[in-house]
Amino acid sequence: MINLHGTVKSYLIGFLLSIILSLIAYNLVLTHPISNISLIALIIIIAFVQLFVQLIFFIHLGQDSPPKWHLIFFISTFCAILAIVVGSIWIMSHLNYNMTPKQMNQYIKDQSGI
Amino acid sequence: MKEEVNDRTFFGFWVYLMTDLLMFGGLFAAFAVLRTNSFGGVTEKDIYNLPYVLLESVLLLTSSFTAGLAILSSTKGNVKAVIGLLFATFLLGVSFLGMELYEFSNLFKEGHTFQKSAFLSSYFTLVGTHGVHILVGLIWMIILFIYILKRGLTKSALRKLTLFSLFWHFLDIVWIFIFTIVYLMGVSL
Amino acid sequence: MNLINLIFGRMTLNDLPHAWFTIGGTASLIGLGALGAALLTYLKRWKWIWNEWITSTDPKKIGIMYFIVAAFMFLRGLIDAGMIWLQQSLALGTSYGYLSASHFQQIFTSHGDIMVFFATMGFLVGFLNLVMPLQIGARDLAFPFLNSLGFWLYVAGAILMNMFFVFGGEFAAAGWLAQAPLSELQFSPGVGVDYWIWSLQVSGLGTLLAGINFLVTIVKMRAPGMTLMRMPLFVWTTLCSSVLIITVFPVLAITITMLTLDRYLGMNFFTTGNGGNSMMYINLIWMWGHPEVYILILPGFGIFSEVVSTFSHKKLAGYTSLVLAAISVALLALMVWLHHFFTMGAGADVNAFFGISTMFIAVPTGVQILNWIFTMFRGKIAFKTPMYWFLGFVSTFTFGGMAGVLMASPAADFQLHNSLFLVAHFHTMIIGGALFGIFSGITYWFPKFFGFKLNERIGKYAFWCWIVGFFLSFIPLYILGFMGVTRRLDHYINPAWRPLFITSGIGFTIIMIGALLQVVQILVSIKQKKQNYDTTGDPWDGRSLEWATSSPPPFYNFAIIPEVKSRDAFWEMKKKGIKKITKYEDITLPKNTPMGLYVSGFIFLFGFAMVWHMTLLAIVGFLGAITCVIIRTFDEDTEYVLKASEVEKIEMKRKNL
Repeated sequence: MINLHGTVKSYLIGFLLSIILSLIAYNLVLTHPISNISLIALIIIIAFVQLFVQLIFFIHLGQDSPPKWHLIFFISTFCAILAIVVGSIWIMSHLNYNMTPKQMNQYIKDQSGI
Repeated sequence: MKEEVNDRTFFGFWVYLMTDLLMFGGLFAAFAVLRTNSFGGVTEKDIYNLPYVLLESVLLLTSSFTAGLAILSSTKGNVKAVIGLLFATFLLGVSFLGMELYEFSNLFKEGHTFQKSAFLSSYFTLVGTHGVHILVGLIWMIILFIYILKRGLTKSALRKLTLFSLFWHFLDIVWIFIFTIVYLMGVSL
Repeated sequence: MNLINLIFGRMTLNDLPHAWFTIGGTASLIGLGALGAALLTYLKRWKWIWNEWITSTDPKKIGIMYFIVAAFMFLRGLIDAGMIWLQQSLALGTSYGYLSASHFQQIFTSHGDIMVFFATMGFLVGFLNLVMPLQIGARDLAFPFLNSLGFWLYVAGAILMNMFFVFGGEFAAAGWLAQAPLSELQFSPGVGVDYWIWSLQVSGLGTLLAGINFLVTIVKMRAPGMTLMRMPLFVWTTLCSSVLIITVFPVLAITITMLTLDRYLGMNFFTTGNGGNSMMYINLIWMWGHPEVYILILPGFGIFSEVVSTFSHKKLAGYTSLVLAAISVALLALMVWLHHFFTMGAGADVNAFFGISTMFIAVPTGVQILNWIFTMFRGKIAFKTPMYWFLGFVSTFTFGGMAGVLMASPAADFQLHNSLFLVAHFHTMIIGGALFGIFSGITYWFPKFFGFKLNERIGKYAFWCWIVGFFLSFIPLYILGFMGVTRRLDHYINPAWRPLFITSGIGFTIIMIGALLQVVQILVSIKQKKQNYDTTGDPWDGRSLEWATSSPPPFYNFAIIPEVKSRDAFWEMKKKGIKKITKYEDITLPKNTPMGLYVSGFIFLFGFAMVWHMTLLAIVGFLGAITCVIIRTFDEDTEYVLKASEVEKIEMKRKNL
């Protein structure tokens, strides 16, 4: 991968796409046209698209000759981060649910529509 | 032989970058869990200034772009372009950091320090750690300037530039997620 | 902030040694250092030790240095264990033993940290340095300077771990993982937890660098023809272990950092007030902690693969399934961490998920053990000491593993969590698995690196002491666990427990005799070395490439990098007849450098200064480390070329010996 350098065009495309994606996400949050959950899901998807764009156009990931070690290690890191973040949120939200006093429990129940 | 050494250095640095990403993963996990623990103090909606943060994002994105162009010029042996584009990256990075420090100092002045609540602790630490990495990148660029001006665009210089650009690109990638998960989500939750 | 504060931080005269154990510890450290210095002066070896060892980038030298430091730390860990046993045997009813409660807490804390971080990890990283490059046909690791740096960071961490004897008088008393909120400022205001923090951050950085190094080496520097599926199993497990290291050590670093921010800057990640969540600390620290124990055990599995196939004179049964098992253990290791805190209250669904995933991990482990036993089947077995350690491992590890599967059920764990049953389980795994693996490896590879075999008879006596001592020491603990005894008790009132504690202590004494015998074995073997010389480089009729070199190997490992055509590369070479080398090549090697020592020295100063809040020294340490690193990056002259004629001369001399 050290010999992959792309072209001015590829960097320009990456740059413009990233700006556009950031502006779209920003606009969505400011105007808030859809419900909370869908909005958050959408901006996270947009973030991943921008991640993808920058990985391809700035970092040229996956464009070297096989075996594609950089890609393999990036994917495994990504999975590990998912396990860390999602795992923590899942575990801690359950712990908090079981640790808060009675009134908070009721409040949490109301909020999450149980 | 030199090719192999370059290849190993590049791959080793890549693995190090992965560990850095994992460290940020831990910080994101802590933030996700603690973001609502405001202990009666300011919450996310109270302190985030979205237009300000958008400008910061544009600055950082542009600096990632100029860094990429600098690497491109280095492969063509164009010392002047490399120094110029690297300097542009540096200025944009300084502006980003300056804006961030200004945002932080304002919060401190109003009494919203990182000691006040778990939310503020995790916010300042996550965003602050990214800022510290930017600072490291800025210092790295200064060293690169000195190196290139002293020794020219040697093979070693090209390798160091490429490693730096990877570092800088990944800082922008982490920022995408700070922008989205901290600021955009924080305002919408 | 006056000048005294800037220089001395919060240190006062009262922090100098004045208790019996701090005076004893300081005296031991000074005594050891003085002995070493005297020896070097008498033998006139100061220059030699600087040039040949301290500034060396040769992984064979660095590996041996890891072993020496790890052995000292292991001894200290054993002494801690003895002190725990003695206290628990004495402190019944009206007797409160000889240790105060807080001192006892510091002892079990340091026992755990030393054994995990400095003894076991030190021995293992030592092995990885020594053996792995030879097995893949490489001359060195991918980053020789980082290797040296990683070693000296490990030493800096080890020194920090012992520094409290001289300055401060207290170590952390919050358990080996310094769990919040006990480790927060509110409940641990002294320097103890700070020593814990900086010792682990510094050595953790060293481990992370080593992990990156091993990973890149295995991926990029294998001999031509050595595909992944032709690598020895020890290299596979090193690969899996290194992947785990790079995945989870960053999590440890950031968790300790958050604790540090709480303690130093008044943040509130894990505090009991201001919205802090102590449970998040437990979650994050075990996210690191569980994979860590797999990092410790995987290389041990690799060692056993090598030992079993060599001493059965048979290729490994089910190579592919062994590889898949190692990989699945590594992957599953990342998905089970909650079993360390079933009782913290995450609820049934979360507990069920992690309980099931924990039980799953027993499967690949079982596959590996079965494969090793199948390897022995119909083999021509030589029952040398390394095989004894393997057989000891099979019985011990299986036993302890079953205890683990029992506790994987959350319902059972609610009874057994933090009891002596748990303590017995994890000691069984680490001693039976990792430590027996290390001992097996030592007796197996000693001739390769020192040129003569170890005394077999004493080796076997040592083994029997260890295994008898082990079972005598830990079966009582399993029983006590079932009786409801919690861990970390410095005093108890039920007289029914005492005989079991004492039996456990007798077992410990037998283990100590075993450890002593191992030291005796080395000394006797040195005396007898003329009778046990390894002249061929292949004393066990080995199968992998390290046995293709002389004993000890030349500093460049291989004059010509071998070409690999199959698994068990050396075995195949022997079958087909080893080709004579006709043409030698120039070899590029890394130069020695003191920079690893200097950077670590500055980082040690930084860590020490941070413990004591010595602002000036911290700045000096920090800037010094960074300056050294920057100087190093400007250094283009880091390698030298060994001419082909020189190589030929060395090889000819070697063959004439």
